[in-house]
Amino acid sequence: METKEYTISMLVEDKAGVLNRVASLFRRRNFNIKSLAVGGSEQPSLSRMTVVVAADPAQVEQVRKQLDKLINVVKVSDITDADIVARELALIKVAATSSSRSGIIQIVDIFRANIVDVAADSVTVEVTGDEDKVNSLLELLRGFGIKEVVRTGRVALTRGGASSKKNPKH
Amino acid sequence: MKKTGAQILCESLIKEGVEVIFGILGGAILPVYDAFTQYPQLRHILVRHEQGAVHAADGYARATHKVGACIATSGPGAANLVTGIANAYMDSSPLIAITGQVARPFIGKDAFQETDITGITLPITKHNYLVYSASELAMVVKEAFYIARTGRQGPVLIDIPRDVQQEEAEFIYPDKVDLPGYKPVVQGHPAQIRKAAKLVNGAERPLIIAGRGIIMSQAYAELKELAEKAQIPVVNTLLGISSFPQNHVLSFDMLGMHGMAYANMAVQAADLIIAIGMRFDDRATAITDKFAPEARIIHIDIDPAEIGKNVRVDVPIVGDVKNVLGVLNNEITVKEHAEWLSTLNKWQREHPSLLIRESSELLPQYIVRQIYEATQGDATVVTGVGQNQMWAAQYFTFIKPNSFISSGGLGTMGFELPAAMGVKVGRPDEMVWCVAGDGGFQMTIQELATIAVENIAVKIAIINNGYLGMVRQWQELFYGHRYVDTRLWNPDFVKIAEAYEIPAIKVRHRDEVSPAICKAMDYDGPFLVDFIVEPEENVYPMVPPGKSLSEIIELPKPKRVPKAKPKILARS
Repeated sequence: METKEYTISMLVEDKAGVLNRVASLFRRRNFNIKSLAVGGSEQPSLSRMTVVVAADPAQVEQVRKQLDKLINVVKVSDITDADIVARELALIKVAATSSSRSGIIQIVDIFRANIVDVAADSVTVEVTGDEDKVNSLLELLRGFGIKEVVRTGRVALTRGGASSKKNPKH
Repeated sequence: MKKTGAQILCESLIKEGVEVIFGILGGAILPVYDAFTQYPQLRHILVRHEQGAVHAADGYARATHKVGACIATSGPGAANLVTGIANAYMDSSPLIAITGQVARPFIGKDAFQETDITGITLPITKHNYLVYSASELAMVVKEAFYIARTGRQGPVLIDIPRDVQQEEAEFIYPDKVDLPGYKPVVQGHPAQIRKAAKLVNGAERPLIIAGRGIIMSQAYAELKELAEKAQIPVVNTLLGISSFPQNHVLSFDMLGMHGMAYANMAVQAADLIIAIGMRFDDRATAITDKFAPEARIIHIDIDPAEIGKNVRVDVPIVGDVKNVLGVLNNEITVKEHAEWLSTLNKWQREHPSLLIRESSELLPQYIVRQIYEATQGDATVVTGVGQNQMWAAQYFTFIKPNSFISSGGLGTMGFELPAAMGVKVGRPDEMVWCVAGDGGFQMTIQELATIAVENIAVKIAIINNGYLGMVRQWQELFYGHRYVDTRLWNPDFVKIAEAYEIPAIKVRHRDEVSPAICKAMDYDGPFLVDFIVEPEENVYPMVPPGKSLSEIIELPKPKRVPKAKPKILARS
């Protein structure tokens, strides 16, 4: 069966060891995590995890069901085919000299990214968008010399009134 | 009133109905053991190795439908539970494992006898807890029992630091749990049940595959009603043995790798499989892409993650088997299926998988058959894994519900003796036969001491072929007769038993078998019979690995004499 990327959104209890349980399950069942982002949600005792997995449809169904079996996982939704807003944030530290700096700024402006730190020999760019946008910016900045990159991985929510709490397939 | 963590634990266990707890103590669990003196209603059975404690709790749970309990200290004590916890997890056996942990200030410091047991058992428990304060202990115990016994049952571990056991807290036992992420589905979806009923009513060659889920939800009557109402033949998985009486005309015995030829033929010819409380384990299905090629499949299971995991399913029904069958039975119509049943009966006559061949040697199949004859099926048979397990599964006719207790999923050598001990503690008035191989028996042989001291009257039959028999069978069939390290030098098990003050006899000949079994059963207490059997007897029928259920080998090929003599590691 065909493998593609799936986006899974989870509400999990904000307790010690929950990330370990989720990560351990992926390893144990031989599921491949492309990215994983964790942070607070709208509810104080719950965190939201967004996981991107490379899988075939049967595998992703297993991922969803196995995650749902974890006691600390409150809701699991495969939101891949739902109408979603998905974003990633990246910080990119680019080598910059006084002569190259303006070229970098031009590219950054086109991408509606921001320069968040300037030093004598580098600038740090903050960019938010989908993975393609981040990849394109990285590609363009590569010529200037990239010193360090950090990416958050995908975070996603369903658009409008639809709630990502429910699996759209069910 | 304020109580210590240890007292809170004991009170909570009693609230949950625990009567027996198997365990062995050590430094980090001492406060709990000290508190045991105040709670005589908690019977603690001291085992000789933690693996014995957890298998005994597992056997107890399977025999009683209660949650089994075991307890160990930190570090090596906790680590020794691991095999048994994994075993319980694979076979969905509900148990609570309590472990001591080093005191809170020492956690993470590699303190003496510290091990990260919650980390270690993460993938083999349904859930686990490290308790950070005595005030949360009551709720943790409440949740742990609730999780262990509901939905798809399983083991839950509670790790309690030594200073938490000593810390005082207010004790109020909660009356309910709040687990927003845990809502097991027990009622089957009505629309799915209707779809299933439609398939059942339209099927010409329906077949039920009965699994352990029937035993766990005690749906014996519902299964029988379904089978009888629509005249649907029943085959069972290994752990589904004793979910349906094997002396019933609709019973066609076990399917799978060492299942009956006619059971496997039925699966391959059926046009509808009704799989109930089973999980399509590879030992039951053989290769899945040639499994039941002509059948549509209805899968009833309490665990949604089992649906579609191993085989494609046409109508999944998630729910407790008893509830689902209760509703389904009302929607199916009375049928005869005379032609289908006569075909199966013909196959059974033409492929008598359970013939015992003539031999001057003592054959293991004959021993199991004689245990059945002596008990008339009124006994619980407990096995570990291997040839002994398969012969017990094949040659005993299981009539009583839940009378076969065995290590299925994990296939644990050494399960048999401590598990039989737990079964007997749970069913003191029943005859309990532990059928062991000489290999598996030696893996938990130390529990003879527990059996002797507590006078747990299990009857032990060692099928002693001087080999790790099933592995040797694979070496014979698939590794060119190269018996690498499967030959066992064994001590004299009769003398061993006698050293533990357990009476025992050795049997070498056919005519001694039945008297020995009777002697064991007549004796008021534990008894061991060491059956010295034909060393190279194989388990048949057999579906070779990588083949389909259709490619079953019914009869052994004439034995070739191996070119080289097997390497003997004996000191003889």
